[in-house]
Amino acid sequence: MLKLSHVSRHFGGLQVLQDVNFEVPQGGIFGLIGPNGAGKTTVVNLITGLLPPTAGQIEFEGQSLVGTPPYRITQRGIARTFQNIRIFKDMSLLENVVVGMHSRLGYGPLDWLRRSPRFRADEARSRERARELLSWMKLEHKADEVADGLSYGEQRKLELARALATEPRLLLLDEPVAGMNSVEKTELMVEIEAIRQRGYTIFMIEHDMRFVMGLCEQIAVLNFGRIIAQGRPEQIRNDPQVIEAYLGRDDDEPAAAAAVEARA
Amino acid sequence: MESFESFWSIYSNLVLTVGTNALLALSIWLTLSCGLLAMANGAFMGIGAYTAALLTMNVPGEHFALSLAGGITAPMLVALLIGTPTLRLSGVYLAMATLAFGEVVRIAIINTESITGGALGLNGIPPLTQWWHVAGALLLALLGLAALRRSKVGRAFQAIKLDETAAGLMGINVNAHKLSAFVLGAGLAGLAGALNAHLTFFIGPSEYGFDRGVEILTMTILGGIDGLTGPVAGALIITLLPELLRSLKDFRTVVNGLILVVIVLFLPKGLWDPARLRRLFSRRPAAVRG
Repeated sequence: MLKLSHVSRHFGGLQVLQDVNFEVPQGGIFGLIGPNGAGKTTVVNLITGLLPPTAGQIEFEGQSLVGTPPYRITQRGIARTFQNIRIFKDMSLLENVVVGMHSRLGYGPLDWLRRSPRFRADEARSRERARELLSWMKLEHKADEVADGLSYGEQRKLELARALATEPRLLLLDEPVAGMNSVEKTELMVEIEAIRQRGYTIFMIEHDMRFVMGLCEQIAVLNFGRIIAQGRPEQIRNDPQVIEAYLGRDDDEPAAAAAVEARA
Repeated sequence: MESFESFWSIYSNLVLTVGTNALLALSIWLTLSCGLLAMANGAFMGIGAYTAALLTMNVPGEHFALSLAGGITAPMLVALLIGTPTLRLSGVYLAMATLAFGEVVRIAIINTESITGGALGLNGIPPLTQWWHVAGALLLALLGLAALRRSKVGRAFQAIKLDETAAGLMGINVNAHKLSAFVLGAGLAGLAGALNAHLTFFIGPSEYGFDRGVEILTMTILGGIDGLTGPVAGALIITLLPELLRSLKDFRTVVNGLILVVIVLFLPKGLWDPARLRRLFSRRPAAVRG
């Protein structure tokens, strides 16, 4: 469904991603994990068009996404959430979600100027759908409250509901449980599993291992901008390279010495 | 009835200026509502005023409808041209670029003497604007903008104002929406200019300079940008305050300025702030109960 081939991204002399290849299959939950600074968020920014790749190809359902502006990528069926939550704080929960339906509302200026039947029907339908999405996230009782007043965990759920409002086929979650306590994490795990069962494909970035291992069918591991392993959770758990990336290795000193030599 | 007639003969010009100023305040409200600080509305008003006045004076038969249409369209076309490059800028940089554009327009008017009369201005514009032209224009503008606010376009403007990146990822074409707010605002400002030119008999380039731009912004910020009531209220106050303070003679402008400073200090979100009003009204019943 989503395919990255030989994708690289540099920021000046800093190589954040080097020759990244992976394919997210239709259906299911695909996880991309890796230590801090491995380049995970950059991958999501490249897919959603916020950054152009330096080299390589990104394809969604067989068509290239490179050079497409973010709003068109959303319209083609990819939605995302942010690691640092970006909801519209001054709007109500309902309005937040309805904004997500922007490009799915087909009425034109003549419709909203005259408040035509089509305008009324579309608006009513979008509000109804927004309430439904909020109820998936168990937030419907707060639909008319201002989003700023929500707790951290609720804001994440609102962001999820808003992303689903764009009618995506692929949902990108950038560290969905960052900053959450374990009760909130377990809750969100249930919600994400429920979303998957509704037929959405999910691509998730995370470094909470328990969360990823519990949810994902397929996992790719990113370290220093390269994919070092890919496979099913139990394969990843036992992969020596992955263990090294997360925990380091015993003979760190020779490696560090080699690195110093290489720099000199 | 007689007292109304004498009131109208003295104050009609003032009342109609409230109307055109309200249109101007609404014109900048459009760009502010999607988070853009564009200061070109004084210049757009000027382009509208000159286009409409020149059409009236040069096309035989004085077709006012044609003049108004020209006064709306010309600034919209100019906005379309300058909008694409300048709207990439944000914050004060956009304000600076649009202020510079205002200067360009003013100097262009001064230097095209054969058409615009240059620094001396245009004299003898037929006073074709009737009270119902102004009232009708304001009513239509308010109805149109109210409909816009309730539509997906209004929501998109608000989303862009709150978080541009997130708005883009909601499928909103951010640049196109900014440009349409800018162009529609230019049209409204041009309409205000066209109506105003046919009220005053004379227009000159100095009327559409920096001072005018700041005055338009002041009206809207003072009134509050969260809704359409704010800009209209702001226009009412900025237009009427100097008249109400006439008895103070020399101290008039001082007191005028002081009042504005006090309002901005104590009501930073403007006079019409729905959130504050809601709090005000919800606190009262609670006090009775408690």
